[in-house]
Order: sequence, then C-alpha cells, then structure tokens
Amino acid sequence: MNRYPIWKYLLMAGALAFGLIYTLPNFFGESPAVQVSSGKATIKLDAATVTRVESIVEKAGLEITGMIYEGGSVRIRLRDTDSQLKAKDALAAALNPVPADPSYIVALNLLSSSPQWLTAMKALPMYLGLDLRGGVHFLLQVDMRQALTKRLDSMTADMRVQLRERNIRHGGIGREGNTIEIRFRDDATRTRALGVLRDSQTDLNFLASGEASNLKLVAQFKPEAIRRVQESALKQNITTLSNRINELGVAEPVIQQQGLERIVVQLPGVQDTAKAKDILGRTATLELRMVCESPDEQAAFASGTVPLGCERFTERDGRPILIRRQVMLTGDSLTDAQAGFDNQTQEPAVHLSLDAKGTRIFRDVTRENVGKRMAILLFEKGRGEVVTAPVIRTEIGGGRVQISGRMTTTEANDVALLLRAGSLAAPMDIIEERTIGPSLGAENIEKGFLSTIWGFIAIVVFMCIYYTLFGVISSIALAINVLLLIALLSLLQATLTLPGIAAIALTLGMAIDANVLINERIREELRNGATPQAAISAGYDRAWATILDSNITTLIAGIALLAFASGAVRGFAVVHCLGILTSMFSAVFFSRGLVNFWYGRQKKLTQLAIG
Amino acid sequence: MEFFRIQKVIPFMRHVLVLNVISIALFVIAVAAIAVRGLNFSIEFTGGTVMEVSYPKAADLERIRGTVTAMGYADAQVQNFGTSRDVMIRLPLKDGSGGASARQSEQVIAQLKAVDASVELKRVEFVGPQVGAELFADGALALLIVILGIMIYLAARFEWKFAVAAIIANLHDVVIIVGFFAIFQWEFSLAVLAAVLAVLGYSVNESVVIFDRIRESFRKMRRASTEETIDYAITSTISRTVMTHGSTQIMVLTILIFGGPTLFYFALALTIGILFGIYSSIFVAAGVTLWLGLKREDLIKPIKKKDEGEVELP
Repeated sequence: MNRYPIWKYLLMAGALAFGLIYTLPNFFGESPAVQVSSGKATIKLDAATVTRVESIVEKAGLEITGMIYEGGSVRIRLRDTDSQLKAKDALAAALNPVPADPSYIVALNLLSSSPQWLTAMKALPMYLGLDLRGGVHFLLQVDMRQALTKRLDSMTADMRVQLRERNIRHGGIGREGNTIEIRFRDDATRTRALGVLRDSQTDLNFLASGEASNLKLVAQFKPEAIRRVQESALKQNITTLSNRINELGVAEPVIQQQGLERIVVQLPGVQDTAKAKDILGRTATLELRMVCESPDEQAAFASGTVPLGCERFTERDGRPILIRRQVMLTGDSLTDAQAGFDNQTQEPAVHLSLDAKGTRIFRDVTRENVGKRMAILLFEKGRGEVVTAPVIRTEIGGGRVQISGRMTTTEANDVALLLRAGSLAAPMDIIEERTIGPSLGAENIEKGFLSTIWGFIAIVVFMCIYYTLFGVISSIALAINVLLLIALLSLLQATLTLPGIAAIALTLGMAIDANVLINERIREELRNGATPQAAISAGYDRAWATILDSNITTLIAGIALLAFASGAVRGFAVVHCLGILTSMFSAVFFSRGLVNFWYGRQKKLTQLAIG
Repeated sequence: MEFFRIQKVIPFMRHVLVLNVISIALFVIAVAAIAVRGLNFSIEFTGGTVMEVSYPKAADLERIRGTVTAMGYADAQVQNFGTSRDVMIRLPLKDGSGGASARQSEQVIAQLKAVDASVELKRVEFVGPQVGAELFADGALALLIVILGIMIYLAARFEWKFAVAAIIANLHDVVIIVGFFAIFQWEFSLAVLAAVLAVLGYSVNESVVIFDRIRESFRKMRRASTEETIDYAITSTISRTVMTHGSTQIMVLTILIFGGPTLFYFALALTIGILFGIYSSIFVAAGVTLWLGLKREDLIKPIKKKDEGEVELP
C-alpha cells in the first residue's frame, strides 16, 4: 500500500532537478559589468555598435568574461571592479566624444556570474527589491486636472480660429472650469457654428443653452475623450521620464504606470536623490527658429565668427549650422506629433499639429520665408539640439505641418517621439519616496539570510531528535520546499524584499506544520495498534484533509494581502502565497515519496523509526 | 522522543468559564487601549518623512534634535534605531503642496552634514498624505476580506457554530495583538499588518484541526457528553498543537533575534499571535462552540451506517 508508481518518483526527480537548476544561479553571485545603451531616441544600439564596444574594451587591454546583447543594450561582464571602472572610462571616452552630450549611456551594473547555459535556460538569480540592493523609489502623481485644462485651453484657441475663418460671429469664447462656453447673438449663427464645431471637435459634446439675446454653446469633454486625454498624458509623461532618466546612467531603471494617474520610478543603485528629483521635475522645450542664411552671415560663419543675432548649433549629422536667436514658436503650441508618409512622394515624414495661435504664427512665418530654412530645436538641460532644419516650400496654414526629406522611417518615428516627449503633458508631484543606502541593502540581505538559516537549522535539529528517521525525512522535505520556493521566485523574477525573506522563514515554520501533523498521526495510529504500513498510510491520508484546510485559510489571508499591499509588504505576500503552494507539494507528496521509498518494499515491517 | 505521553483525557473544558472571563477581560482591555491610547501608526499610514542616518561614533541625539528643531520641526522625533550609532528621525508632514514635504529630507540631511560631516544617510522614506490614507483604507479592507473569506470557507466546510466560534477566537487574537501595540505604543507598520493577517490565516488552522478532531470524536464516542468529546479531541491534538506552534515560533524567534529593527515588530506581532493562537483555539474556539450549544446532531447526520467502532475512554 505504500508504493508510488514509477511516474510519481519521476515527478519527484523532475521537481528536484527543476529546483536545483533554477536555484543554482543564486549561488554564483554577481560580477561587475558595464552596460551600454542608447542615450538618445535617435540613436539605436545595433550589432555594429556591439562589435565596436567589444573592440574598445579589448583595446583597453581588458578581458571580457561574458557579454549579453538584448533589448537594445549590451552588458559586458568583467573580471573585477577595477577593470569594470577602467572599461567604463574607456567606453565613455570612445562612445561619447562630447561628454556633455552623451550619445550612449555607459553605466556600471552587475551581471549574474552563472554559466551561459543557465542564463540560456532563463535561470536567473532572484530579483532583489530596492530595500535589498539600495536605490531610490519614487511614486509620482500626475495632475490630471491640469492635463485636461491644458487640452481645453488649446481647443478653445482652435475653435476661435475656426469660427473666424468661417466668418461666424460670436460674442466671446472661453474656458469655464471644465467646459468651454461660446456666446452667440442669434440662433442661426449658433446652428451654423454648431455644425462646424461638431465636425472638427470630435472629442467634445456640445449643448445649446441660454435664451433670447444670450445664447450659448457649452462644450464638454466626452467621457471617453477624458480617458483618452488622461491616458496620453500619462504615456507622454512616462516617455519624457524615461528620456530624462537615461541621462542619469542608471543600469535598470523601472518606470511604470500604477493605476490611472500614477507613475512608479525605481532607480536601483542611485544615491543622489536631489539630482534624481531635479531631473524628474525638469521641463524640456521645443523651439522653431529661422536659419541664418544671408550671404553676409554665411561669409562671416565661414571665416569662423558667429554674426550678431545668430547662434551656432550642430545638426544631427554633425555639420555646424547657424540659427537666429529670435524664437518664432515654442513647443507650447505643439499639440501632437506623429510619424507618417508624405502624401505625394511617399517619403517618410513627421506630421505636427499646432494649436490656433501656433497655426497663425506659423502661417505668417512660412508666407514670409518661402525658400528659406527653418530649424526645429529641442532644448533640454539648457542645451539645444537641431532635430531637423527643412526648407520651407510654400505657405503653410491650417496648423498641420509636415516635416519630410532625407529621413528614414525609423528617423521619422524617432523625431516624432522626441517632439512629443520633449515636455511633460501635466505636472507631477512626488507623493512617495524611498531611498535605501547600499550598505543598508547589504545589511538587510545578511539579516534576512541569518534569520532564515538559523531558524532552518533549529527546526531540522529539533525534528531529527524528536521524530528520528521521520524527522530526517521531514527535514529533507523542508529543504526541498526552500529549494522549490527559491527556484520559483527566480523563475518568476518576483521582487524579493526583506519582508519577502521573512516570509521564506515564516513559510518554513508553517510548512513543517504539515509534517508534524502527519508524524503525530502516524504515532497515534501506531499507538492504537495499527501495523506500521497501515499507520503510514492512514497517517498520511487522515492528515491530508487537515493540511488542505489549514493551507486554504492561510492562502486566503495571503491572497488578500497580495491584492491590497504595495511595496515591500507585497513581496511578503508573494513569497507567502508561493510558499504555501510549494509546502503542500513538498511536505505531503515529496515526504510520502521518501517514506514509501524507504519503507514501502519491506513486507514484514515491525517498527517505524518515528521516535 | 515524546513530550506528551498523555494517558488521561485532560478536562480542558472544566475551567473554560474562568478562562473565558479572563479572555473577555483581556479583550476589553485591548479594545480600551486601542480606543484611548490609539495606535502609533508608522508614516506609511499617516504620511510624513522618516530618515535613518548613521554616524561613525555614537550619535549625539541632543545635538541632532537641536539641529532639527532649529529648522522649524518642533515635533520631530529623534531616536536611536538598532545601535547607538544609528539614528531615526521622523518628520511630520509639512502643510502645503506635496513638493514641500518631499524636499524635507534633503534640507535636513544638508543641515546635519553642515554640523557633522561624517553623517551618512542610510534610508529615507517619504509618504504623501493621500498615499497614507489609501494604505489605511486598503489595509482595513484587506483585514475585512480575510475575515469574510475565512468565515465563508469555514461555514461551507463546517457547521455554522464552528465558523462563528473560529472567527470569534481569531478576532480575539487580532484584537489582543493590536491591543499590545496600543498599550506599549509600538510602531504599527504595514509589515505588522501583514503579520496580523498571516496570524489570522495561520491560527484559524488550529481551530480547524481541533474542530476536525471534535467531529471525528463525536463519530467515535457515542455515549460521551459534548464536553467530554471536546476534551478528548483537544487532548489528542494538544501534542501537535504545541509542536507546530513551537516550530513556527522557532522561526519567528530567529527573525526576532537576527532580523534587525526593520523586522522586529513584525516578528513581535507574530510571536504574540502564535502564543495567543494556541490559547484561543483551545479555550476560546472550543469554549464558544460549547456556549453556542453544539450537539452531536449538528455534526453527525442521523442516517448512519456502520461506524468504526467505539473508542474506550481510558
């Protein structure tokens, strides 16, 4: 009766192998590495760059012990921290000739030292939370009211222009809180205006109100439009944040949406919170200016002087360009930028949408400057970069601007992204901050490890003395539990926090509960006169119902915690829930297998070593 | 080896009345403490800033307090954290925009550096008021859902009298744990809440095990009274109860000793929970079922075929 079919033994062996393999990477530790990734949206890290990176490090006389190229970044593993620093300096010097304007981010990182075949199987070390590795965590709240009013303001201006273009006379248009109000003197005009506006402003609901000479149209966002505006505001802020954080040189930043109006930013290894906050809060601006093209100016430029009223910039291909100081238009007027194609030539292009004020200015500027070049500059950290400087072919009205010529599809996409991402869609507030120093992180790991290992040893000693052989089997099952739990955590790459480590310890303490239950039952059956084989069988079977009950109630608590907790305590809940599942497998199925293996074949069993 | 070679059935239920009165008294004290003293909530719930700084030598708390007070934080708390070299500074929320509060820690550390350059910033935690309020609501909701979930499970699994008894027993534990935190003004953090929830799930087990045994004993012992049956059931599980709680407590004890200040109150809450868990599942849970008038018929359906035979009471 105490025999497992062969497949159950195979399952045990399989679980053991799985546990060993996926736990293994945690033992290799991590070795110093340098990570290179693109520093600008316009620069892609390709295979050629990887080869270049490789040759730069080798030229510096350093040995590369491993290399991973994935997701647009390359990580090079080095022998020690000394060569890591040297490699970083060599790479930074070679890849970023202008240190103030880095094309690539060269950051120090850690890379798992486990062998290649493990990494290939996606067997990675556990992902440590910020409280264990040190770093900064921010929770930012996007001010959605402002995002909406900003959008309403630009729509108001748009509508004003539209009405004027159609010669529809109105008695004033303006934003009132969350609505736009347009006043009219007579009903016919209002009906005409409604027809025009309804077609062009699809995001708004229009409502006619008022009477006699005080007729009004009240426009309000459609509910789905509100959601859309909020979503795009959040997305734009995330894009902008990512661009800015790139410049901090953080190896593995996490920038994630949380809920509908919050963004989580985690910067492992960053200690300088003041700088991080500064960068998160900064705004970038877009500017449209004319290029200095008069013969006099060009002559002066050729001779090396910068004429009055002009400024020197560099184009993306590295050529110098002279640009007027006078700003024609700023990014505030830009409502959208999308990559697409030129209608006639089918060339890749970027389509810009301007608001009403911008449209008027742009029309005037282009009318007066046909045949001349206009430059679009992106200013960030007080430094401008020429995104593109096209020739104006014709007067452009209507607020839709197309930038095309000498662009690939990728470039068009990048420029559109850059233009969109230049500024924040809405201001943000830091509503939560957590900074953990690196020494504290290491201390926390040590504390967590110590409590788990001592607790484990104490329980094993106790079990082995109290239940002799069955105690040994219970202890093996407990060890398997740890192994499986760590393997699962590594496989899922769930974030391990200090409360998470405490949960590992607690899970072990609770998991042994099942074995105690089983062992006590077997003793009881023996006491009541059952034969050893029958006692084992009855002990396991009867204990099972109780074990299931108790694990389900514990799981209810774990899942509720998982649903509501955040941060480090969430780490506790994850480990707690996983631990309950692994403990049912190891404490019941696995330990039974060991017992069966040991006693199952002995037909004339007279005694059990259960203390 | 065996600690519990129990030959006789221990008459647990004989003293149940006295113990239940004690339980009620403890419960009332705990509730009163929570109501009167309130809980010392961590900044996770209240919002505010906590900074942990470290000095190479023993820190001069008075000087740090002076520095912080001089910056206008009259009600800032400055105290040692773990060792004499580590100091924890708690700053209340500043009025005005979130930005002002978020900048507090930078200003304070800059000022401390100006006084003593050897200070090292180990940890900063800033929680804005809206986050704190949300965590509070979420925590309360989590607690409610756990209680409801367990109640539904127990009601489906057992008789309603058991479900009610188990929930009363476990709420008794939870209130007493929280009562301890109120009386001693220990910091009640999110980790402590996690510990409370874990205890809730864990000690329901204990009641479940005992109830399982009571049901089984009713089946075996036909002539015994309800009280005798419960006594027998508890006696036969007492060894297991002490063993499992003991082994869990070993683990919690190592966390208490080695886990450092961050996990200290977490482990403390677990310790109280585990100790009271043993007591409450025996005396409170079983006691309440007795008060609720548990009868054999509640558990054993009248239509019965053959039984395993009776077990003689020794």
